Amino acid sequence: MRGGRLIGLHLGLVAVLFALNFVLPAYSHGTVARVMVLATYAMGYNILFGYTGLLSLGHAMFFAAGMYGLAMPMTHLGLGAGPALLTGIGSAAVLSLGVGLLALRTRGVAFMIVTLMFSQAAWLTILLAGRWTRGDEGVVIPQADRMLLGLDLSDPSTRYLAALALFSAVLFGTLWLVRQPIGRVLVAIRENEDRAELLGYDTFRHKLGAVVLSGTVSGAAGAAYGLFFGYAGASFAETHYSIFPLLWVLLGGAGTVIGPFLGTLFMFYLIDLTSGLTPAYMLVAGVALVLLTLFAPQGLAGEIRRRWWRGLP
Amino acid sequence: MEFGPHLMLAVLEGAVTAAVLALMASGLSLVFGVMRVVNVAHGQFFMLGAVLAWAVSSALGGGAVGFVAALLLAPVIAGALAVAADLTVLKRVGYDPERTIVATIGLLYILQQAALMTYGPEARPVAPPFNDRLALPWIEFGPEGPGLIWPWGLSITSYKLFVMGAAAAVLAGLWALMTRTGIGLVMRATQLDRETAQAFGIPVERVYAGVFGLGAALAALAGVLIVPIQQAHYLMGGDALLLSFIVVIIGGLGSLGGTVIAALLIGLSDGIVSVFFSPTLAKILATLLVALVLVFRPEGLMGKAAR
Amino acid sequence: MPVTKTDAGPRSPARRSAIKTLAAAAAGTASLPLWARYAGAQSAAPIRIGFQMHATGIGAAYGRWYDRTTRAALRLINEAGGINGRPVELVTEDDGTDPKRGAEVVEKFASLHRCDVGYGTLFSHVVMGSAPRAGELKLPYFVVSEGHHVASGALNRWTLQPGITDVKSQVLAMAPFVRENLGRKVTMIFPDYAFGHDHRDFFSQAIEAQGGEVVAKLAIPPTETSFTKYFAKIPRETEVIYHVMVGPSVLTFVKEMGEFFGPSRPEIFGFIDSLESVDLQSPGLDFLEGTYFWEGMPRYVQPDQTEFDRHYRAAIGIDENGALAADPSDVSAYAHMFGCWETLYVIKAGMEACGYRGPDDRAALVEAVEAMTEMPLSNDHPQGAKLFNGRTHQVFGPQYISKVENGRLVVQAETPIEAGFYPDEVDYTTQSL
Repeated sequence: MRGGRLIGLHLGLVAVLFALNFVLPAYSHGTVARVMVLATYAMGYNILFGYTGLLSLGHAMFFAAGMYGLAMPMTHLGLGAGPALLTGIGSAAVLSLGVGLLALRTRGVAFMIVTLMFSQAAWLTILLAGRWTRGDEGVVIPQADRMLLGLDLSDPSTRYLAALALFSAVLFGTLWLVRQPIGRVLVAIRENEDRAELLGYDTFRHKLGAVVLSGTVSGAAGAAYGLFFGYAGASFAETHYSIFPLLWVLLGGAGTVIGPFLGTLFMFYLIDLTSGLTPAYMLVAGVALVLLTLFAPQGLAGEIRRRWWRGLP
Repeated sequence: MEFGPHLMLAVLEGAVTAAVLALMASGLSLVFGVMRVVNVAHGQFFMLGAVLAWAVSSALGGGAVGFVAALLLAPVIAGALAVAADLTVLKRVGYDPERTIVATIGLLYILQQAALMTYGPEARPVAPPFNDRLALPWIEFGPEGPGLIWPWGLSITSYKLFVMGAAAAVLAGLWALMTRTGIGLVMRATQLDRETAQAFGIPVERVYAGVFGLGAALAALAGVLIVPIQQAHYLMGGDALLLSFIVVIIGGLGSLGGTVIAALLIGLSDGIVSVFFSPTLAKILATLLVALVLVFRPEGLMGKAAR
Repeated sequence: MPVTKTDAGPRSPARRSAIKTLAAAAAGTASLPLWARYAGAQSAAPIRIGFQMHATGIGAAYGRWYDRTTRAALRLINEAGGINGRPVELVTEDDGTDPKRGAEVVEKFASLHRCDVGYGTLFSHVVMGSAPRAGELKLPYFVVSEGHHVASGALNRWTLQPGITDVKSQVLAMAPFVRENLGRKVTMIFPDYAFGHDHRDFFSQAIEAQGGEVVAKLAIPPTETSFTKYFAKIPRETEVIYHVMVGPSVLTFVKEMGEFFGPSRPEIFGFIDSLESVDLQSPGLDFLEGTYFWEGMPRYVQPDQTEFDRHYRAAIGIDENGALAADPSDVSAYAHMFGCWETLYVIKAGMEACGYRGPDDRAALVEAVEAMTEMPLSNDHPQGAKLFNGRTHQVFGPQYISKVENGRLVVQAETPIEAGFYPDEVDYTTQSL
């Protein structure tokens, strides 16, 4: 019964987003497509942060691994978009496995710092490899190469639907995951790692799985971003791109499936609309964040859950 | 440059970095240690210190008077601002770790935009009160035994020496405050166990506000000290925050001694590694080196288990 | 709080009310039937130029000067009757000096604000991130970036750089002077950015062609705030130091270089980017006396000042030292911002040449600009005569080499346009519009 309503809610969201493809004006159409890709990144982040309770400050390296894992073979080896999407996702998976093995020796704040520093090193590596990556300037992925399964991803509607496909896959994947036993173990680790361990769960392997899954989804978002919008650049590996998913997730509601999307959408329009009204839009955004922490402490979805619907996943 | 003098220069430069870093990180360490919250806006108080140093010293016509006035005023203003932020926001979110992160990100945006709108986007210098170039000697073993030579480029400025001295003095003062005074005792008690401290009648909320203000003041002081070397710029807080954050965790949570050691480790490794590798590769290796310290000693250099 | 001048804010209130009027107009037009909207576009509705401004982020110090120059040029254009009899309106959006936001801003220009062109981007990574979207949306995108990205063929037919010479050309033009007047063995210091790498690669080739040699290449990571430890890597045999740095630490860089060398420095040649918008009288810069700089356009008034430079300075309100006349401590980005002025006049000339009426004529505008070649020294092109290459979408102009004398930059040489020529690397006109 609850499961039915739950899946209904998320199906409803996907249906609304699908319908929006046909009615949104051009600018918002492009924006929502972008927000769906970024929300996918936030959902990937949420697997680790919201459900497993591990706060990473280095997810930009996974996003960038996906982006460069896609862009480098396309630029230098002439790989097609389809295989390049896989190399992008694969790069993020390998990187997150390596980072996970090292970083998970630490906990809490030390985990934050280790991921932060690995990410910083990854960003500098992109600059160091400027001969291939063109450093900060980045590389453009030519419009002609952005064909996936015969679909032209530079076409607005195709791009929108491709973004929606990625978004829904990860949305339902996450929904499925958190309802599986493994998802419950992750939540148990978040709530009390020592107790989970006492109950006989191999917490390290579960945490490692969460890091890899989270990193891979983030990388998929990065690869998709590069492919959909035709550009890969080092700025996506900088620290603030690690902070963004944290912010989006906290704003939307950590540990909720729908929260990352709400947070990403909210933050985008907060900046976009206020920047049209005043040059001091960062000031407005700052005040809005402070007010949100004061009056909607569990994020937007958390607030919905608290006020109206306790069963929201 | 020959290897020996080059290494000496790198060590000296690393020491200057370490001094400023230690000062700034000690403020973050206090906040983090006592209040158990991450102040993402900490770097902005560093920036505020630098910007205020420029404002105060140019209002007083520059020179040593302006600089000394800035040294006194900037930390007080930044500290007062931080106390106000604590009382209006952090206290009301109950120092919840996650909400504090979002709230201080908000504070970061506010301070940064305010600096951009009032101070502007340029990097502005403040003249140091004194700044003599001191050429340094190096010992060379020639055919007639050891002798002193003056290698090309091996030098430091008197102001950089002053920064090291000033940082050491402030840190010593902070250490004395924490270990030798009643205020320090109250802070340490709050750090150990908030509930018990409250039960013993310690005004925890006032302690928190004070600690938050003191942390910001230390960051601002570091900002004032650095500005004759580095100029004030409205974006300077970002990297400074990351570095001091790293220092605090490497040092071990709430350990002032660990913070100083970690600052030295990071400052010196940054300098020394740069002798052997090309600059960006050196940065990468220094970063990974420090990260691996934490991987294999997760509680930090001087800390007990983090949580 | 620090004192700043009256229009220190990145955007003035005038722009806000312009946006509001615009929004109202857009809302109004949207409610009209289709034929009426089209008829409206035929009338004297303003031409909208979408200005992608670095109002915040790392490029903000340049952004405010690009803004001032842009406003001054548009004021004159409007006073002289606008373009094709229509007034020109500026729609400013801040890109935060970020490629992702840059792409979003381009979308906003094309789809929301219905701008006729996008314009004014400086930082290369923002250009690279934004240009693909401009190409997809078929929005003519005029950048003022001095990057080699346009001429290298990395971008698309909708992206043009008709107002400022690219870095490859600048560097090629400098090598003969460095070799003949300063020395043969060069150490290069540059940021570890694509922009720095362009300097490294193109200058190394150029100086070798002149019989010189680069003895060391120091790429500095962008987050660096202290530089002395890297100066120790400068080989003793170095005769010339070639430096080009960007970002907020440039002043530290130059100051520490002075402290490092003390009394015994080699010859020093730098790109003014290292000190753009910085007062040469700033504390610690006295050691620059006698060193050389590339300048895109001479910051200080020279004895042979042209009437066009006088006209240009007066329009923006810049004094003879390249600072704001109203506040001499506010130093301009003089070596770069002329590109905004000249680009706007190129847009104007292009629109007039193709009888531009509205967004349907965007392709014709691109073709009209591609057809341009010579741009004589004039009020429209105060930096100097230019030659535009329609195939590579890149303009070429003269460069200046100045020496610091008594704390002022004094021009020593002006290189001819041809000194910056190199073989075409792309022919954009073969791409479809």
